[in-house]
Amino acid sequence: MGMTIAEKILAAKSGRKAVVPGDVVTVDVDTVILFDNNFLPTNWRDILKVADPEKIVVTFDHRVPAPTQQAAAAQVTGRAFVKKFGIKRFHDVGHNQGISHQLVADYGYAMPGSVLLCSDSHTCSAGVFNCLARGVGGPDIIYAAIKGQTWFRCGETVRYELTGKLPTAVTAKDAFLQIAGVHGAHATMNVEYGGPGVASLSINARKTLTAMSAELSAEFATFEADAVLEEWMRVRNPAPFVPVKPDADAKYLALRKVDLSALEPLVALPDSVVNNSQPVGQAKGTRIDQAYIGSCANGTQDDIELAALVVKGRRVASGVRFIVTPASQTVYRDTVASGAIQTLLEAGAMIAPPTCGACGGGHMGVLGPDEVCITSSTRNFKGRMGDPSSQVWMASPATVAASALTGFITDPREFLQ
Amino acid sequence: MSGQMKFKGRVWIVGDNINTDLILPNKAFYLTHEEQTQYVFHANRPGWAQQVQKGDILIGGHNFGMGSSRAAARSLKNLGLACLITESLNGLFLRNCVNFAFPALECPGVHAAFTEGEEAEVEFETAKVRNLARGTALRGKPLPPQLMALVQAGGVYQLLEHEGLIAPRK
Ligand code: SF4
Repeated sequence: MGMTIAEKILAAKSGRKAVVPGDVVTVDVDTVILFDNNFLPTNWRDILKVADPEKIVVTFDHRVPAPTQQAAAAQVTGRAFVKKFGIKRFHDVGHNQGISHQLVADYGYAMPGSVLLCSDSHTCSAGVFNCLARGVGGPDIIYAAIKGQTWFRCGETVRYELTGKLPTAVTAKDAFLQIAGVHGAHATMNVEYGGPGVASLSINARKTLTAMSAELSAEFATFEADAVLEEWMRVRNPAPFVPVKPDADAKYLALRKVDLSALEPLVALPDSVVNNSQPVGQAKGTRIDQAYIGSCANGTQDDIELAALVVKGRRVASGVRFIVTPASQTVYRDTVASGAIQTLLEAGAMIAPPTCGACGGGHMGVLGPDEVCITSSTRNFKGRMGDPSSQVWMASPATVAASALTGFITDPREFLQ
Repeated sequence: MSGQMKFKGRVWIVGDNINTDLILPNKAFYLTHEEQTQYVFHANRPGWAQQVQKGDILIGGHNFGMGSSRAAARSLKNLGLACLITESLNGLFLRNCVNFAFPALECPGVHAAFTEGEEAEVEFETAKVRNLARGTALRGKPLPPQLMALVQAGGVYQLLEHEGLIAPRK
């Protein structure tokens, strides 16, 4: 019987001929990523041995630069770990720093067909590179760093067949909100994205879909490889790879079509994205205190340049805090070079250093009681970005930028034609 | 751990899609494990953590534990809950239940089979769940053997510590 992309990689990495839904397999891990939260005093356990330092990546991203003594202590522990085991791929605060999932893209750390682990739930982001990437628990990461292996339970796969091309001011985030709004949670399932519509999406746009798949509670999110992907890898990582295609007779739990050209800007209402989306027009007029662009899902060069296009020559509404956080130093440099950061600054945006920051409610834009935020980040759980009484609406960077200009949730098509 | 894992306790009931940020909010990250337990459901059910007694059982709906990789399962365990029985478990949350040796079971139908405050009896290995107040019984899905072994070993850190691969906690 044919296999999906996820099943094929699971089989290859566990040394089996085939893997079917329900199987629990032990696989070899190619890349293990540790980040600052792993090193927090309440989480860290002192590792005495690692399987292979070459397979480890360390970054500080959730709390950068350190906002508290505990966060600073975690970085001290992290640096000592890096030194002890001679880890080369270390992204300390400074030139190469960024959100782990963005670094994977910036540096080509996830090869097609490989297995990548990190104890951040949005690790599925790297599935855009035709690999198996999964967010796991902190102990799983320590285990994988030491033993070079982990376990996975294979789920059934739902395939999304993308067709058409996104209209102006409509983004991959809207495509995600459409999928989450209509199909809800995908717990225990893999999602696979493919179809002729993929060609029109940049890697950054595709990455929004894989990163956001964590919100579907998906196990793995994968894209098929194509020429765009191969070129992306080629300029970033010289290692050879073989793309993984699903078999023609692969068995899917469901095959669903998404016509990109039929989409419109959507928003998710506060507290969940599961079956919780509506057209932006229906939320029109909702007052906001903060507008946030950033995170591993929407802090890329594409996202920041799109926001700049919306606000160009205009000013952020008074009473609104518009916070823009590039997802990595590379993205920051590229968007300074392209002029987008200048445009955003002139409009009244605050540019924060690359960090998870407000996305996780850690720092750089935490919400107070009853405040309302519209965000392009990944998660809108109750209390996620601050006080439990605050509200988090989710939308595309275009919608967030348009809303920052008016002070109310606003259709970006008013500013982009 | 030897012998059967069997629990008997009063049940608490929560709904579908309970997320990790409700169990372990960001603001509790810097606190001790003990202090973190006091923030469980602080946002959606303030005061609940303070009412939980050791040995109580938590019953959930679909997709319990959606969200982040944070050690939310550890907080449920440290709060004194004996186990979690839920319609379905988020895959990442399941990993952390296994990692921290917190017994969690999927048992379709469990949400409707109990009213809060009733007493449940659970045989973890066989996934048998009984409502002692009503005299009814359900059969959940036992953990795959590989994962059961990890739970019985006391979780990942216990295992690694035993093998001399991580240092004991100071
Ligand atoms: S940006 Fe947000 S979702 Fe992404 S890794 Fe950071 S905290 Fe997690």
